[in-house]
Amino acid sequence: MTKIDATDMLYRDLNNRIHTLADRGEKHIELRNVCGQKFIGDALKGDVKIDIYGIPGNDLAAFMDGPEIEVHSNGQDGIGNTMNAGKVIVHGHAGDVIGYAMRGGKIFVRGDVGYRVGIHMKSYKDNVPYIVIGGCASNFFGEYMAGGVMVLLGINGDDSPIAGDYVGSGMHGGVMYIRGDIEDRYLGREVKKLELDAEDHRRLSELVREYCAHFGCDYDEIMAKKFIKLAPKSHRPYGNLYAH
Amino acid sequence: MSTPGVMATQVPPEFTVEINERKCVRCKRCTTECGFEALTYSREYDAIVADDAKCVACHRCVTMCPKHAIRVTDNSLAYKANANFSDIHRKNILKQAETGGILLTAMGCDRDYPVLWDHILIDACQVTNPSIDPLREPMELRTYIGRKPDCLEFDPDSDPLKLKTELAPNLKLDVPVVFGGMSYGSVSYPVHKSLMLAAERCGTFMNTGEGGLHRDFYRHKDHVIVQCASGRFGVHEEYLNAGAAIEIKIGQGAKPGIGGHLPGEKVSEDVSKTRMIPAGTDALSPAPHHDIYSIEDLSQLIYALKEATRYRKPVGVKVAAVHNIAAICSGIVRAGADYISIDGFRGGTGAAPRVIRDNVGIPIELALAAVDDRLRQEGIRNQTSLICGGGIRQSSDVIKAIALGADAVMIGTSALVALGCRVCQKCNTGKCSWGIATQNPRLTARLDPEEGAQRLTNLLNAWSHETQEVLGALGVNAIESLRGSRERLRGVGLDEKTLEILGIKPAGR
Ligand code: SF4
Ligand code: SF4
Repeated sequence: MTKIDATDMLYRDLNNRIHTLADRGEKHIELRNVCGQKFIGDALKGDVKIDIYGIPGNDLAAFMDGPEIEVHSNGQDGIGNTMNAGKVIVHGHAGDVIGYAMRGGKIFVRGDVGYRVGIHMKSYKDNVPYIVIGGCASNFFGEYMAGGVMVLLGINGDDSPIAGDYVGSGMHGGVMYIRGDIEDRYLGREVKKLELDAEDHRRLSELVREYCAHFGCDYDEIMAKKFIKLAPKSHRPYGNLYAH
Repeated sequence: MSTPGVMATQVPPEFTVEINERKCVRCKRCTTECGFEALTYSREYDAIVADDAKCVACHRCVTMCPKHAIRVTDNSLAYKANANFSDIHRKNILKQAETGGILLTAMGCDRDYPVLWDHILIDACQVTNPSIDPLREPMELRTYIGRKPDCLEFDPDSDPLKLKTELAPNLKLDVPVVFGGMSYGSVSYPVHKSLMLAAERCGTFMNTGEGGLHRDFYRHKDHVIVQCASGRFGVHEEYLNAGAAIEIKIGQGAKPGIGGHLPGEKVSEDVSKTRMIPAGTDALSPAPHHDIYSIEDLSQLIYALKEATRYRKPVGVKVAAVHNIAAICSGIVRAGADYISIDGFRGGTGAAPRVIRDNVGIPIELALAAVDDRLRQEGIRNQTSLICGGGIRQSSDVIKAIALGADAVMIGTSALVALGCRVCQKCNTGKCSWGIATQNPRLTARLDPEEGAQRLTNLLNAWSHETQEVLGALGVNAIESLRGSRERLRGVGLDEKTLEILGIKPAGR
């Protein structure tokens, strides 16, 4: 394992160190005193694990293709932007646009997340992206979603709605599992609410087990509450909009 | 909004197809050539029968008929003349009354807004300064795309003299013309291959557009600019590192401010593999990049891409020419873009709402002049290169663009025309008879990439020769010496304000 003290380091220098280490075959890197450095793990490949102490900046794990990053505090915006494979675990809250256009890999966030999380997530064949959020989400959760699986647990939530407005607006693929219920008025026009079937339960329980393993939560307690499933009404929501 | 039922159309056919029965030998070739199924053979009459309503004037049958027996003409409607309600307006209203839909079209704006290129004339040497003969004297068309340093520093003690300044990565263009972004999906596999081979042979670049790069083409990567658009289709680490440069697509001239929409019909198995989305689903590109709501956010994506490629490649930004383009481009330069592609409102598209294509944006001539001015005034012109496009039809447009301030131009429509496109504006249907804007294997097989590459290479060679002729007449021996030489341009038939924006004098002054 290699430790890097990121105090006062510019992001370019920090990322350069990480690249050099990963290129040399280092399998475990620990970053201390991270404070807003962007692009950590950007386009990084292989099976390296990065532990981050302090708060990493935007676009953590953007274009990432394999590694695992564990953030032992809050994360910021754009985590897993267009990520292809790998895993990101955030022990605190995370910001907006998490998992934008993500195509594979997993993101686990223990706390709440901001706007447009999971926007335009897509899947292709064996490449399926997963996002599990322990807390609540803000507006436009799963907007334009084209594939993949999102789970929203709302564990830390009070009585306020588990997600903001326009959940799944423009959704045309993939599936979301929401613990509890969402009033119809918060849903985008393109989604429908469904009951979970056996396959859904299998998938969900696997993800929740993984979530619990990362954050030390009680699986049964989480699963005691009923989930709903959100899926797109159509894979081609705008097919009838045009005249030729 | 309820979906209206299907009703019988009152929209008259746009064209009339006539088959000369005396010339026709009933070989039936035309019936298979037409991608739109407008022609059939009638056994009963032993004749080719045309369904005029299906004809789009793509001229495939006309070109391929061995007997030159087919004529396509305008269906002159003899609607009561009306200078306000043209035939087109009337037909469009009928279409919308029947469908309730947004009018969808393709290629660039076809309305008769003034084309400023056609109001600009180029200077030449006479008596007081010698012109150059390009056939017998060296004439440089090479140019470089990317950030240039503010100054050059050398190590005075070194021998030979060594450069201390670190140079940013640049693209080397042997001709100042690149092929603009056209995605695999909107155009066919042989189109991409033709463009790639031609780019390689001519020492220039093709641009993937927003649909990723087919696996087969990774080996041509040194002449490919890879695009990263809001849908992020086919964008991954390997793709980003495959290109010679990366272009963030914010907008395109044909449809500024709106996203892309590749209909499921065009998402074939192969396209789906390249875009990395399931076959048959609509490929929707959101209108904005949802990680970019400001210049600071744009900077973040630029640097995310630079980090992803470890600062080894130029990262450019493509924007549509809109009203405030000069200020926008100033922001883009400050955000760190190594080049900017500005696409004028006449730029082509595989599909766009007509209302946007024909009414939104500004001409490239004005946008280019305004941007170049602004960047010079702010002292940041060297930090970026400008590639302009959106209606470049001939070498003189290229020369005028460069004299107005562009480093290079991009061509899309012109390249497709070289490959056989007749600008019938039906790309969105996916039925292109020329095998260009379609994924139907029966149609795409018609375009031979080798011949396509040859046609494109010929076009660029012809434009290069013409450009050299004009440079010779101007007494300039390198295209880079012409860049921004607006003094060598004059306007005809332009008002004072337009001349002022273009930064050129009227002819006679
Ligand atoms: S291609 Fe020409 S000759 Fe052959 S059937 Fe058609 S119109 Fe007749
Ligand atoms: S590419 Fe094909 S469909 Fe599109 S305008 Fe050209 S000929 Fe018509």
